[in-house]
Amino acid sequence: MSERKVPIRASILDKPLIRPKTEVSLSSFAFLFSEIVQYSQTRVSSIADLEKKLETLGYSIGQKLIEMISCRDRATKRETRLVGMLQYVSNVLWKHLFGKAADNLERSMENEDEYMIHENSPVTNTFVSVPADMGHLNCAAFIAGIIAGALDSARFNAKVTAHLVESETGIDRTIFLVKFAPEVISRE
Amino acid sequence: MATYYQLFIINRNGGLVYSKSLAPTAPALSTNDSLRLGSTFHGLHAIAQQIAPIVSGGIERLETETFILQCFQTLTGVKFVVTAAPGTPDLDALLRGIYEVYSDYVLKNPFYEVDMPIRCDLFHRFLDKQIERHRSLSTNKRRSL
Repeated sequence: MSERKVPIRASILDKPLIRPKTEVSLSSFAFLFSEIVQYSQTRVSSIADLEKKLETLGYSIGQKLIEMISCRDRATKRETRLVGMLQYVSNVLWKHLFGKAADNLERSMENEDEYMIHENSPVTNTFVSVPADMGHLNCAAFIAGIIAGALDSARFNAKVTAHLVESETGIDRTIFLVKFAPEVISRE
Repeated sequence: MATYYQLFIINRNGGLVYSKSLAPTAPALSTNDSLRLGSTFHGLHAIAQQIAPIVSGGIERLETETFILQCFQTLTGVKFVVTAAPGTPDLDALLRGIYEVYSDYVLKNPFYEVDMPIRCDLFHRFLDKQIERHRSLSTNKRRSL
């Protein structure tokens, strides 16, 4: 009788940090995200709370994401300038999350401390149709949370909100408004 | 010319989840009528499955002199039913395309409760696109024959 070999379970600390790029199916993500939204919906009492909850979930992801990406990219220099950091977010972070760079990055005309990242169709919103009684809910609040977490972790404290902009062609774009804390601006 | 008359989507309990008139020549149905039609068809489908002399999955296609009715039943019991003018080709492909749109924009929508009437904006939009695509595809097919 042959004895079955018991596999030695590798602990998560033994696995290599640098892993090859993997792809996740859009449907799996869509179903998981749909469940996240439904789960959060039963635990909050208002739409603003639901957005806040999604942001909080994204925040914890963003904090750890930026560490992991910097490690995997083997970047030797970290960004210390504001614009450099924003470009890092809209290029490297976006590519890692969504496979492409953000559509546009611009600076607000009115306020010195506001910047905007444009994204034509955030992956969180592709299959979501918000019912009329939920008005202005934007599930991209999740992505806004990721950005906020990443920026905070890199010591660029900011508040990020997601806004839906309706354009004439009927394609709704999402704009992530990044408002930096005053100490970040004065540091520049 | 590919003329589709009506589309019905019936949930697994027989309740009508979505109905749409696809041509101005289609008979106008009130909401109550559509609901009644939906549940009647659901019942007939089940009966046909039971009394068929061979192993059958229910009513798939009904052809009369004035219209064709094609039904596509999914593994979960949701039925997609379309009526069209006689001689319209590729109704099966149309129903499969609609099933894809349904599974994308209805089932992945966190604000949709299963078996409830469909009220998703994106579903309506992409459904129209899908129907238009199939309409022009089968019209072109006809022309090239």
